[in-house]
Amino acid sequence: MIERLIVERVAFATIVRKEIRRFMRIWVQTITPPAINAILYMIIFGGLIGSRIREMDGVPYMDFIVPGIIMMGIIINSYANVSSSMFSAKMQFFIEELIVAPVSNFTILAGFIVGGVARGLAVGLLVSVVAFFFTDLSPLHPFITLSIAILTSIMFSLGGFLNALFAKTFDDISIIPNFVLTPLTYLGGIFYSITMLPDFWQGVSKLNPVLYMINGFRFGILGASDIPLWQSYAVILLFIVALGGLCLSLLNRGAGIKR
Amino acid sequence: MTALNIEQLRKTYDGGVEALKGIDLSVSEGNFFALLGPNGAGKSTAIGIIASLVNKTSGRVSVCGHDIDEAREAAKANIGLVPQEFNFSVFEPVESIVMNVAGYNGIKRSVAKQRTEHYLKQLSLWDKRKAPARQLSGGMKRRLMIARALVHEPKLLILDEPTAGVDIEIRRTMWEFLTKINREQGTTIILTTHYLEEAESLCRDVAIIDDGRIVEQGTVTELLSRSMMETFVLDVDKTSLPAKVGNFALRLRGDGKAEVDVPQGVAINEVFLALSESGITVSSLRNKENRLEAFFVRLVQSQREQGSQA
Repeated sequence: MIERLIVERVAFATIVRKEIRRFMRIWVQTITPPAINAILYMIIFGGLIGSRIREMDGVPYMDFIVPGIIMMGIIINSYANVSSSMFSAKMQFFIEELIVAPVSNFTILAGFIVGGVARGLAVGLLVSVVAFFFTDLSPLHPFITLSIAILTSIMFSLGGFLNALFAKTFDDISIIPNFVLTPLTYLGGIFYSITMLPDFWQGVSKLNPVLYMINGFRFGILGASDIPLWQSYAVILLFIVALGGLCLSLLNRGAGIKR
Repeated sequence: MTALNIEQLRKTYDGGVEALKGIDLSVSEGNFFALLGPNGAGKSTAIGIIASLVNKTSGRVSVCGHDIDEAREAAKANIGLVPQEFNFSVFEPVESIVMNVAGYNGIKRSVAKQRTEHYLKQLSLWDKRKAPARQLSGGMKRRLMIARALVHEPKLLILDEPTAGVDIEIRRTMWEFLTKINREQGTTIILTTHYLEEAESLCRDVAIIDDGRIVEQGTVTELLSRSMMETFVLDVDKTSLPAKVGNFALRLRGDGKAEVDVPQGVAINEVFLALSESGITVSSLRNKENRLEAFFVRLVQSQREQGSQA
């Protein structure tokens, strides 16, 4: 039993190390573009347009959008890291190195997810550093800020893994980020408070899970949110359990990776 | 103890193709075993199931006494796989590829480093350890997959056409290496190959699979003894030959050499005697084809003919 645990621990550490090395080796493609995007958002929306808006939900507009911009980086990069890494492993067949090894599917999944979380948090940290040049914001509730960031990146890493399992072509791993994830993120209240919307659209917005993550994160930094904090945690945890269960069940059946 | 035991293994793919139709196979520990068969016979499917890359439809497989369903991890810990297609990240350096697989098998980094160095040196890849795998030649890539399969020192090494597309010199080096680990480390080796001289010179036991069924199984010697006819090529001093000398059919080829068919069990001396009596001098003689290959071709043809008559 102990021997088994040692194998799983060493295998897990190997997958995580490999995943982190992968995105660090191509850091120009993986880490810097989100930082450049964040600078542009902060200059255009926060600086130029924001100077006319002045305040949103009682805080300066620049401060209002910074948590959303950080969270956007975390969401998109956690997802992209796992979907592209797992899909490459499938396409080049080196996922077979893991399938033939005596390692559990849970460990394989956990290794990929921690890799995605590492990239999501690395991007989140870099965007936060960039934000210091635009505002002197610091988290009011550091634990909430960090826990929401980690849980959100776990959730989207699982989403990326699921996407890669089903994907058969490179188009299949770009459809979800482009046509689902990006719209949900922009409509998740990065640049506006949903209290500005008519009641009907507020209700529709509440069907968007990204809203709960951005508002939970915003609460951690600013202490203000359109959504009760418990709802943010509940929605994220629910998705983690559902997506995690689905990924494991598919892995156990060999869906998308076995013939 | 058996290194591999397969009972009534069946596989039907989603499209309805029945790749394996209930095969039984047993490979003893320490054996050097050849699994032969034409393309599409079911060899790679069988290997895929043993290594957990393919889901079986039914049947039982156990590796070193561990059932692949009931003790999946224990079974997998005993297998090293060298697949037919290259299946490593082409962007990773050679050393990392081997180190990672050691890690997936739970081998601590300090031990993994020593073993990686050992096997990369054994397979003449140590100088390339920092090179991304895409920069390796075809032969080097094959050797990389062998080093990777051995890094956790499995009891059963399965090689699916390991010498395909590899030049003669590298093929010989790989044969020597595989023979060495089979003899010195006691690693059981299962090999699929289309080079039947490879199977004949390396392997002790052979199974021939065709159309999803094992059609022959036994030692190489046993199978060869069942071969009915051998053909020899002779360098002769004549430009025209009789159709028959003694009881042996004789044919003159376009290149001036002659071919003679000798039934199994007949001494080659009788051929020389018949040729001498006919006044034909032979300056050299060689076997026309690999004996196992000849047996294999005849067997597969007869299976096809039986199949078409059924």
